[in-house]
Amino acid sequence: MRELLLGNHAVARGAYEAGVSVAAAYPGTPSTEIIEALALYPEIYTEWAPNEKVALEVAAGAAIGGGRALAAMKHVGLNVAADPLMTLAYTGVNAGLVVVSADDPGLFSSQNEQDNRYYARLAQIPCLEPADSQEARDFTMLAFDLSERFDTPVMLRLTTRVAHSYSLVETGLRQEAGLKDYVKQPPKYVMLPAFGRARHPLVEERRERLKAYAETAPVNRVEWADRRVGVITAGIAYQYVKEALPGVSVLKLGLTYPLPEKLVREFAGGVGTCFVVEELEPFLEEQVRLLGLSVIGKEIIPRVGELSPALVAGTVGRRAALLVPDLAANWTVRDQALSQVAAALDLPARPPVMCPGCPHRGVFYTLKKLNLVVTGDIGCYTLGASPPLSSMDTCICMGASVGMALGMEKARGRDFARRLVAVIGDSTFLHSGMTGLLDWVYNRGSGTLIILDNGTTAMTGHQHHPGTGYTAAGDPTFKVDLEQLVRGLGVSRVRVVDPYDLDEVEATVKEEVDTAEPSVIIARRSCALLKKEEKGAVCKVDEGSCLGCRKCLELGCPALSFVEGQACIDALQCNGCGLCASVCPSQAISEAGVVYE
Amino acid sequence: MNKVTSILLVGVGGQGTILAGRVLSLAAALYGGQVKVSDIHGMAQRGGSVVTQVRFGPRVYAPVIDPGAADYIVAAEILEARRWLSYLRPEGVMIVNTQEIPPLPVLTGAADYPQGLLEEMRGLAGEIKVVPGLELAGAAGSVKALNLVLLGVLSRYLPFAPADWEAAITQAVPPRWLEVNKRAFELGRAASC
Ligand SMILES: Cc1ncc(C[n+]2csc(CCOP(=O)(O)OP(=O)(O)O)c2C)c(N)n1
Repeated sequence: MRELLLGNHAVARGAYEAGVSVAAAYPGTPSTEIIEALALYPEIYTEWAPNEKVALEVAAGAAIGGGRALAAMKHVGLNVAADPLMTLAYTGVNAGLVVVSADDPGLFSSQNEQDNRYYARLAQIPCLEPADSQEARDFTMLAFDLSERFDTPVMLRLTTRVAHSYSLVETGLRQEAGLKDYVKQPPKYVMLPAFGRARHPLVEERRERLKAYAETAPVNRVEWADRRVGVITAGIAYQYVKEALPGVSVLKLGLTYPLPEKLVREFAGGVGTCFVVEELEPFLEEQVRLLGLSVIGKEIIPRVGELSPALVAGTVGRRAALLVPDLAANWTVRDQALSQVAAALDLPARPPVMCPGCPHRGVFYTLKKLNLVVTGDIGCYTLGASPPLSSMDTCICMGASVGMALGMEKARGRDFARRLVAVIGDSTFLHSGMTGLLDWVYNRGSGTLIILDNGTTAMTGHQHHPGTGYTAAGDPTFKVDLEQLVRGLGVSRVRVVDPYDLDEVEATVKEEVDTAEPSVIIARRSCALLKKEEKGAVCKVDEGSCLGCRKCLELGCPALSFVEGQACIDALQCNGCGLCASVCPSQAISEAGVVYE
Repeated sequence: MNKVTSILLVGVGGQGTILAGRVLSLAAALYGGQVKVSDIHGMAQRGGSVVTQVRFGPRVYAPVIDPGAADYIVAAEILEARRWLSYLRPEGVMIVNTQEIPPLPVLTGAADYPQGLLEEMRGLAGEIKVVPGLELAGAAGSVKALNLVLLGVLSRYLPFAPADWEAAITQAVPPRWLEVNKRAFELGRAASC
């Protein structure tokens, strides 16, 4: 069957067809849809794990136990899962184990744009890089085969433009992989120093075998054309090269680690001038240069951000045009916009905003009012860093808010801690905030942690987590009790507040930052997008009573605007949270009754 | 048609740009050849600007459209139309809904919503088709069907058969909204001639 599939859905399809039996992930753009799609197949056990390390460990257990398994994560997720990965590279697998790393060049929704191909090289495991949805499916299936054939975890590396693009895919039927026998083999799976020492040479030897395989792997192919110019490329960059430089010879690498040295030498030797075109780091380029070959690459192609056909045209294209002017005469992609219209620079930006009725708003409004230092974390609530709320001081990685607050307190003293809170989402707390909180208790911090419990992983599209009471497939399950959990970690001051109640939030925060022991405030309210059906009475501005003081606009609510000197509420957008009514000094805002769309 | 057609769909989160992209790409797939769609929607639900890029033709490589390379831009909001105008080819067509949605800096008073954008764009683009999309969607039964009105307008410029459009809409739109959306599409299609 031919279907238009999202890259991530194609990965899921490939895993399904390859007979995967266990799949685990923690959500993260641009990888989330892989598990969401796998969860729809009843044959496959899928789960949202609390974090990526656990997800990979679950998948590893399944694979060593004999069932094909997959773990998926965004690029920074692999930092969390790097620990098991590095040693799984030594133990190898039993049934196939595929680790999907979805990188985000251009930082569409990430805190950095690290190039995770280096992890494959660090772990000495194969790295496959698909360039469209068909390859996403095909390479996923190949990854399972390679994993079993070479007894190694395999990295499938996607980038946003592959993971989040649709293209047509020829699909097939599922081939049941069955369960492989499980045999107890401590020297293979118990990585004591002595056993690890014995495994390391096998890793080296495996790399040599993989290299030999890479020479003839069908996913590495030469497209000979004009031999005056050759381009070595992989992943989405291949598409840009084909678009921008038609007619040049191309070595398209599907397996980007380890490199097929002979093939690369042959190609580079067979063309007049050889370029290497890849997004982000010179991962291929450095390895090619190590072979003693002279190529042109990152000296003209940016290491920062995404590439595009126009960017390839403007860098490699310009240089290559001098070598093949006859060919270049037909190149239609231009580095400069064809349009006469310059990009409009002075237009007001349209940044993402907290939704109307977002339960995070009241907390950040209060933190701003109290002028506190806020170590922040990652989730929808990171929008609390943007104007007009502007009340977050740091955001580094998931879970960091907690440890960093303790560090600040230890560096600057307890008095400083009276002006300091850490803020974290519920999913993020369960991901990696818990251990930081344990540190507060253990090492006598006096901090205040606010857990923004909106009952979901909102940022990535409302995935379940251990605190929601539902599994990835939507089945009811145990629901962790946050209050009990933080008490169990040793925090005795635990308060629950309603973030719509600004007075309560303010009084509680003031009290807790003043106490000299660790405390947790759980601000509990469902994500406004989940509770749309329950939308209550919306608010309205009473005619004539608005003073035009703009106090309500400090909430940064998209339902509120200022028209002809008066605050104005868009009834269609308003969610009825009532925060604007609470902050209005002249009681000009009241309930307008329920509005139906 | 032997060349690739590149279409940019732009709007504000919540305006249905992603669904419109889905319908368009399904119709393009039924038409034959290759289709690639790039959908960056990380923040779509949070009121940010949204863009979906659709390309189809006999052989499509890149899923993205360069500045100055779009044959059509379908904009569900005026400010977004202007923001993306530099992506239009000189001979390209801009289809723009007459709706203004103030972004946060305007709401908080940090900036003003620019005035006279439609007039400015008339002078800058090859062809501009201004569509009272909300009105037509309302007439079809729901302002939420705005995206289908705009696709209806676009459909006049594309070679897809009406039956393929219908099949694409049926596949992409949830059953309970199907009738309204089909009506909206037809109103847009009729409005464009
Ligand atoms: C290691 C890592 N994994 C995943 C992500 C992607 N991500 C960012 S925040 C977040 C979870 C947000 O959920 P929560 O903390 O509940 O906050 P909410 O968005 O619901 O406000 C995820 C999955 C990431 N940035 N880093």
